[in-house]
Amino acid sequence: MKSKSTTSRGIRAAITLKLNGETRRVDVEPNDILLDVLRESLGLKSPKIGCEQGDCGACTVLLDGKSVRACLILAIEVDGHEIATLEGLTADGLTDLQKALLEHNSFQCGFCAPGVVLSATELLNNHPTPTEEEAKEAVSGNLCRCTGYKPIIEAILAAGRKR
Amino acid sequence: MNSIGKSPQRIDLLEKVTGAATYVDDIDFGARLLHAEVVESPHAHALIKSIDTSAAEKVPGVVRVITGKDFPYRFGLYMQDRFIFPTDRVRFVGEQVAAVVARDAKTAKRAAKLVKVVYKELEPVLDLTKALSDELVLVHPDLGNYTRCPWFFPQAGTNIAHWRKTRKGDVEKAFKEADLVFEDTYTVPRYSHCAIEPHVIVGLYDLTGRLTLWSASQSPYTQRNVMAQALAPLGLSHKDIRVVTPYVGGGFGGKAGVSMEIICAALAIMVKGQPVKVRWSRAQEFYNTYQRQGVIARIKLGVKKDGTITGIEHTLHWDAGGYVEYGANVVNAVGLSATGPYRIPNVKIDSVCVYTNLPPSGPYRGFGYSEFHFGLESHMTRVAQKLGIDAVEFRKKNAIREGDTLAYGAKMNPCGMQEAIDRAAKEIGWGKKEVSKDPNKAIGKGFACFWKAPAMPPNAASCAFTKFNEDGSLNITISGMEIGQGLFTVMAQVASEILTVPVEKIRVELPDTDRNPYEWQTVGSHVTWGCGNAVKAAAEEMRGKIFEIVERAHGIRRDSLYLENETVKCRDRADFELPLRDFVINGIQTKHGNFLGGPILGSGMFMPEFTSALSDPETSQGGHPNVHYTVGAAAATVEVDKQTGKMRVLKATLAVDAGKAINPELINSQIVGGVLQGLATVLYEDIRFDHKGKLLNANFTDYKIPTSLDMPVETVPIIIETPQPDGPFGARGVAEHTMIPAAPIIANAIDDALGLRMKTLPITGEKVALALNGIDYENVKGSTMGFCYVGHADAYKFKTSAKR
Repeated sequence: MKSKSTTSRGIRAAITLKLNGETRRVDVEPNDILLDVLRESLGLKSPKIGCEQGDCGACTVLLDGKSVRACLILAIEVDGHEIATLEGLTADGLTDLQKALLEHNSFQCGFCAPGVVLSATELLNNHPTPTEEEAKEAVSGNLCRCTGYKPIIEAILAAGRKR
Repeated sequence: MNSIGKSPQRIDLLEKVTGAATYVDDIDFGARLLHAEVVESPHAHALIKSIDTSAAEKVPGVVRVITGKDFPYRFGLYMQDRFIFPTDRVRFVGEQVAAVVARDAKTAKRAAKLVKVVYKELEPVLDLTKALSDELVLVHPDLGNYTRCPWFFPQAGTNIAHWRKTRKGDVEKAFKEADLVFEDTYTVPRYSHCAIEPHVIVGLYDLTGRLTLWSASQSPYTQRNVMAQALAPLGLSHKDIRVVTPYVGGGFGGKAGVSMEIICAALAIMVKGQPVKVRWSRAQEFYNTYQRQGVIARIKLGVKKDGTITGIEHTLHWDAGGYVEYGANVVNAVGLSATGPYRIPNVKIDSVCVYTNLPPSGPYRGFGYSEFHFGLESHMTRVAQKLGIDAVEFRKKNAIREGDTLAYGAKMNPCGMQEAIDRAAKEIGWGKKEVSKDPNKAIGKGFACFWKAPAMPPNAASCAFTKFNEDGSLNITISGMEIGQGLFTVMAQVASEILTVPVEKIRVELPDTDRNPYEWQTVGSHVTWGCGNAVKAAAEEMRGKIFEIVERAHGIRRDSLYLENETVKCRDRADFELPLRDFVINGIQTKHGNFLGGPILGSGMFMPEFTSALSDPETSQGGHPNVHYTVGAAAATVEVDKQTGKMRVLKATLAVDAGKAINPELINSQIVGGVLQGLATVLYEDIRFDHKGKLLNANFTDYKIPTSLDMPVETVPIIIETPQPDGPFGARGVAEHTMIPAAPIIANAIDDALGLRMKTLPITGEKVALALNGIDYENVKGSTMGFCYVGHADAYKFKTSAKR
């Protein structure tokens, strides 16, 4: 349930979400962007600010298991929903995907990594043994300027083969 | 060797794969953190008549509004021509004229809109012809008064910021002796780095007057130095400034030197005691850091019938933007090296840095070499065609060799140019025509050679500190920056090789100018070489100390000692084994109970003492401006749709002479990544300004960088190893180089497929489709432009009104 209050900064509402498996309540303004609330109010820094208009995918999180761009979603929209970030993924140790990404030295600067890992996680959840085309398609919304994508795609395919 | 030549897991990768890696914007500064928004010029060229900040200052939550009145200072790396906030004149659309500092970002943004600036518009310099004409509109009327490094030659009273002239032999004579002299013009527009992390910096000027900056930077020490110089009038010195650089989310040159970071330093000083953050938006990232400069280049090449090059005249006019404090050195570097990797007896190069009212230019992976290689390597293939000689054979015949005299008189370093050409040609199946099964598609192959030297001041130094921990693990502190290239892993491998400590037991620390030792900058692909030499020296110093203490404590001659598996061993006494962990902190106990030795520390330094930037300004003869060149060759197989012009890279290959591959997988990843970044400048990235100098596509929707769906079908990296005598284990840098030949291999492949010679980048499907229908894109391109020349490239006159 949202509870509303008015402060000097404007109308605020408390939202409740399941964040990396844990129920969290947070106060937001109606125009607060999910990405800013995750990073500033909830302290999760893995979703990155790259373009703030949905192009680069660095802010990718999973909303009810589906990859979305946290910069394009109002925080108030996720009231009652589940959000997963990279921090939550590692709670029980590295996933097969993460292990494969390590084995393939898949990242360079690493700034796109959180978004790539989540997009690829969604893919592997839905298609445990993806084809190369499916792997490319799955991370095509995550811009990487360093790697040429090759080691990322190879790692996704390797993780799929382990299933 | 145990560690060199291996490809262990990157030592920074676990942090990056788990989300633990911290970038500047991820650091928490608490509730007192202030946020800044800059007020930007809407004009490309205008006088600032007045700035009224009163309305913005009244907004609740606004802490301070700052203008050029508060900071009337200039700054710059090679030439101090850039303003923290300009006081009298703006020089590009988007230039900062004021900044609002507020309690939160939304308030800062709102208040910035309330700052009223009155401008008097001036005619913008948006055309190189106009910029260099007699009826001058000057971008920098005070050019003659600017402080600059001594090897730059600005011409006061013109828009020429620098003119690098290189002369060797007699080109006129060379052209007379040639059987064929061929000349043409090539155009390369501006490009944007597009690191995924935007520039971001937090500054805190604390109550003691100490300025700390957490900066997304490739250049912590250079930032400190440039800022200390700029802020000296306020009484700040180097020891009062500290630059901390967490992980950087991609640099590519864009985060070298100082661009927007100076704004944060100034703002922090104005809000003493409170941290303030300046984070660039994606749009600002495009227009107010650095762009890769545009260039129009005329190449005249003389050749004998047998394919011997007699001479080259290469004239390059660079659209360098409103400020060239870093970009002038790009122009300089090309002016020394625009022969390409060929032995050419007669050389005349004019590389002219021209001020325009477009965004400031600066370093971008390749540092001008990508730009001139497009023209030169297109030209090489065309000349070979005219001679009836195979394009690869023509290159091989003229390829540079060790000991050849370079354009500026120094000697060429050892290089595997011939091997690189052979292996790239073999890998691409050179000479074997491929035919598409689809009659609507044509397949062609393109080839290009490349070279590049780091462009550094002659005293660019690298340093390292090393220390052992109690368990024999090792910490390395350097100020070379991990920008994704894998520097930290390579430095760990270098130390590991000397000390036999495994890579996974080595930490390499991110730079902090308070505790990490000096590094000039992480640019120019020089840190594997320079910083690697420093780390090697530090590790060797530690090894010397280890042997010294073992000699003293055990009475074993030090020259009989060696390290193996983290243990000191002796050639003369097979039974002697002393694990490092037993004594590298605590020392070695004697029979009397006392301890000898103690914590083992190392320090290392490397500076290329043999270089000099001093030379005759009219010829560039006499100095040794470049430490060495890295060479290579690349090729591509491209399929073109004859109806749509759409191109698909079926295969790309690139051979680079790394000297010694300390980590082959990291070199391969530089090749695969760099080739795609280069291909993007040919196939996708298409920057556009309107006729008033406003950037039209400052976002990833309209400025397309490649996604995973745009990868070449196959990219094959090839590593050549011709040792660099002064490199760590023979290594030299390769990272920038991988981007350089991308444009000409595609242009040459399109020509091979369709007989179309494209002389202006980018080469989009649209341009190819138009060309296939007999339409010259130059005639239909309209008024938007990618760089500072609007007319038909072939009509450009390479004349300047300046005398020089």
